[in-house]
Amino acid sequence: MLKRPHYIALGVVIVFTFVLLKLPSRAVANLKLAISGVFVPFFGLSGSLGEMAENSSYSLLSRRELIRQLQWQHKTNQLSQLYFRQAEEWKRENERLRDYFNIPRQYPFKPKMARVVARDPVNWWKTITIDRGSRDGVLTNAAVVTIAGLVGRVSGVSFAQSQVVLVGDPDCRVSVLVGDDRSREQGVIAPASSSPLDHALVDLSYLSRNSKLVPGQIVVTSGMGGVFPKGIAVGQIADSRSMGYGLYKEAQVRLAVNMNRLEEVFVLMP
Amino acid sequence: MRFAIYDLRGGEDAFLRMNWFNTIAILVVAYLAVFAQATINEFRHLLGVQVDLIPSLVVYAALSGGVLSFTIVALCGALWMDSLSANPLGVSLLPLFLVGLVIHQFRELILRQQPYAQFILGACATAAAPLLTLVLLMNTQVQPLLGWFSLWQWFAMSALGGAVTPLWFFAFEHIGETFSYRPVGESSFRPDRQIKRSR
Repeated sequence: MLKRPHYIALGVVIVFTFVLLKLPSRAVANLKLAISGVFVPFFGLSGSLGEMAENSSYSLLSRRELIRQLQWQHKTNQLSQLYFRQAEEWKRENERLRDYFNIPRQYPFKPKMARVVARDPVNWWKTITIDRGSRDGVLTNAAVVTIAGLVGRVSGVSFAQSQVVLVGDPDCRVSVLVGDDRSREQGVIAPASSSPLDHALVDLSYLSRNSKLVPGQIVVTSGMGGVFPKGIAVGQIADSRSMGYGLYKEAQVRLAVNMNRLEEVFVLMP
Repeated sequence: MRFAIYDLRGGEDAFLRMNWFNTIAILVVAYLAVFAQATINEFRHLLGVQVDLIPSLVVYAALSGGVLSFTIVALCGALWMDSLSANPLGVSLLPLFLVGLVIHQFRELILRQQPYAQFILGACATAAAPLLTLVLLMNTQVQPLLGWFSLWQWFAMSALGGAVTPLWFFAFEHIGETFSYRPVGESSFRPDRQIKRSR
């Protein structure tokens, strides 16, 4: 039999848990952000220490190596500027043709770089925390990408931090296109159901049974739903199979981004 | 302020008595543990699982303190963990509290100074807490990411949680010895007696 203080404590905890779980979602989100704010100083401190360690490692490099890296960066920068000018010309041509054929214009997103400061401490979610928040203009449901491809979307925003739910989490379904320009199949990315050891694989479902899928095909966002802009790389087809006695198809997609090694990401802001 | 880990005195007041220093020390370690779980990912890269340190801390709090002590540790640890996670806020509280309650209820029967007992308690607590949390999650509208790999994660988490528990006992004992007064041992000297030496 429990003692009286045990009963009192149990009753208080049950009531408190019930109240917390039944709070409105907005109130819960604000409360979560307020409680997670106690970790902000430590996140900042660990980030600063990491930068200091990285900067001090540069002092170990020889002058010749530094000059070599600088020259390589200079060449890469020149090539990037060349591609950028070409892309600017294509963009102007695209806008002229859209105006000519009366097609609505697309307004580009502004990427803002953010650093990953934390990952979800629980094993059954795939989320990360970045060091950009409402003070930097981050909004809920903003797309998060790297140069390799899609990372996920912003699920919660506080003043100085945001929580990002990754592709492959049950809370982050992405509408995608797969195939070449002639025939593009549309599907939805869902968490992987049959790949227990490979976290880079997700399922692509709701494909028509006549889909022609080949391993290696690029999967990109379709732009449907208004969350993820069109054309962001998600991954490549790894495998496909028929489901439901041949009624539809499912495929496995190998993600373009290595979610275990995220350090810096870009938040796409309108 | 006296530091008493091994307080075996019975009575209802023993359950209400709380060693503030011990509880604050556990809370500080719990805060650092949650921070470490969110930022250190080496276990995740090696084994595919993130270790959960809070249940083992609740085990220590339940064996070394009163009801209020492990309740506060469970409350703070659960809220901190859920705030950094996609868990609904408060879903980890009741499982952690129940783990502490069961251990506290039977603590006078537990060989809490034995490392193997500490390991088994820590492993069982780290196994039970996420299971109970998942039971609560299944009754909410969220859908956690579960599969066959989750079994391996559960097993590895339990083993790591059990391995960490004796370390907490060792560390907190040393912290307690460092910051508390050492008890004065009785000697055989009696000032009311004098040895007379004569021929």
